[in-house]
Amino acid sequence: MESVLGRHRNLIIFLGVLFLQALGLAVQVKRGGPDEQDTRLIRIWAVDAITPFERALIRVQNGASGIWQEYFFLRGVRAENRRLNEQIEQMRLDQVRLSEDAGQARRLQQLLAFKEQVIARTVPAQVIGSSGSDLSKSIYIDKGSDDGVAQDMPVITASGVVGKVLRVYPSTSLVLLINDQSSGVGALLDKSRLQGVVHGTPNGELMLEHIMSDEKVAPGETVLSSGGDQIFPKGFPIGTVTHVSPGREMFLNIKVKPAADLNRLEEVLVITAKEERESVAGNGGRMRAADILAQRLPSVPDKPLTASTPGANPAGAKPQTGLQAKTSSKPITGNTNMTAGASPAGTAKTASPAAVNANADPQSPHINMANRPERVAVSGDTAAKSKAPAENGLSPQVSLEPDATPAKPLNPPSAPQPAPSEDTPH
Amino acid sequence: MPITYTSGEQIEVYRFSIPVTIGVPLLALFLQAFLPRRLPFFSIFDLPLLVTIFFAMARRNPITGLFTGAGIGLVQDMLGAYPIGIFGIAKTVVGYGASSLGAKLDVENAGARFLVTLGFYLVHQAVYFAVARGMVNLTMNWSWSRGIVAGLANAFLGVGLYFVLDKFKQRA
Repeated sequence: MESVLGRHRNLIIFLGVLFLQALGLAVQVKRGGPDEQDTRLIRIWAVDAITPFERALIRVQNGASGIWQEYFFLRGVRAENRRLNEQIEQMRLDQVRLSEDAGQARRLQQLLAFKEQVIARTVPAQVIGSSGSDLSKSIYIDKGSDDGVAQDMPVITASGVVGKVLRVYPSTSLVLLINDQSSGVGALLDKSRLQGVVHGTPNGELMLEHIMSDEKVAPGETVLSSGGDQIFPKGFPIGTVTHVSPGREMFLNIKVKPAADLNRLEEVLVITAKEERESVAGNGGRMRAADILAQRLPSVPDKPLTASTPGANPAGAKPQTGLQAKTSSKPITGNTNMTAGASPAGTAKTASPAAVNANADPQSPHINMANRPERVAVSGDTAAKSKAPAENGLSPQVSLEPDATPAKPLNPPSAPQPAPSEDTPH
Repeated sequence: MPITYTSGEQIEVYRFSIPVTIGVPLLALFLQAFLPRRLPFFSIFDLPLLVTIFFAMARRNPITGLFTGAGIGLVQDMLGAYPIGIFGIAKTVVGYGASSLGAKLDVENAGARFLVTLGFYLVHQAVYFAVARGMVNLTMNWSWSRGIVAGLANAFLGVGLYFVLDKFKQRA
């Protein structure tokens, strides 16, 4: 007996070690859940052994690249600056349009007593490493429980949803990416409003599931978070549909390309606080297109923001848009009323009839368009300043051009956007 | 083929200093966690596996080999999102197998190392696949093409890495 044990000693030890590990694995699987406390301590040891080096290396790398990019490699900066300025102007124009749409949506929500979920606070974090395995899609960030991060908090970037916090350590956290096979995000399709669940696959791809095969889903459609998972706020981009094919059991196989580049994440935002509040009409602190235009019109005296637009500018400064509105030869009187959603996305665009007079606010300067669709001409060049008179006498043409002086951006529209860091309360 | 059967007396057994024994696996784990975020293609490599195979083959002791594999695999599990033990079991098998093979065959030359690394990469993936599906109920898709491509990539890297790590060998 002793000789048999001695002869197969290696094999017996091998099987014993395997058995112990399998036993430990079975215990973990049986208890389940990522918040298992049995393995927390040894995970902390491993993380504490690895992440300080990652953190130090990231710091050195950032320092070196900062010195190089900010002091030496400045080639093309002027051109880039010019391009970005143009982009900012274009985005301001878009913002004016979107803020009006958002205001209208908010008013409708208030009518229906909707409650909206807003992001109250975020913590910016840097990605310092990964799980070390291609089979598990997760990353480590340099913020942990000391910074207010907790389990199941959503993690986003400006591009879209990234994942959720799976484990929290004092100074680091493990984030499970949305393309991990064990993750799932409540999703809805932007156009068709169909709801489903986005899952990761073993290959690191995203699939939208639970969409019936008789529904029409086209490639290119945007997939947003639905908020149904109680983790991610509603309306964040998850990705874009790239491929649709019939699947099993009456459901479609919908492949989604993630909106955020999950393989090249560097900085992310952890949403540490969300608030649920009732929709507030009166633009919820945003300026309407009409207000912006009215402030710029020569016939309308400047008027400070009234109580009807509380918090329009939390800093107390005069709101600026960077846009100068110029009227055509037809003067516009000050007691007029225009609440139309000026849609300055193009060079001359007719406002949506639904937006006209949608929010008559007697306390703010208005331009009366007499319920006629107005024409708003938007141009970035000086040639657009002198526009021809309106087609009819009551429809003035308004030209918006970028202000020469840098201006503060408008408050963001109501569509969920990455909130500023906790230094700037949202 | 350069793999030759050798008697136990002919095979040299190596040992490593404590800093190398601890530092090299930790460095491999660190690089495996750090580099794929900067260089996404790097995720195809499995540095901890290559280090496991190297130490196991150099020491030629199955007990040391399996414990080396188990240790490295378990630490890799601790850094991941899944239950601890999946990599541990897979690397225990590889450590035991590589050291047993190293005790019987001369795997000192590049060709033999290439083939051994390719083979053990596939063994590792197969064991991981079986454990992840069978015990943890993860959905795993086995892909021969991906496995072989990744195995070849790891084998190429392994040959170069073993050449560097050979410098730390000490004769027992």
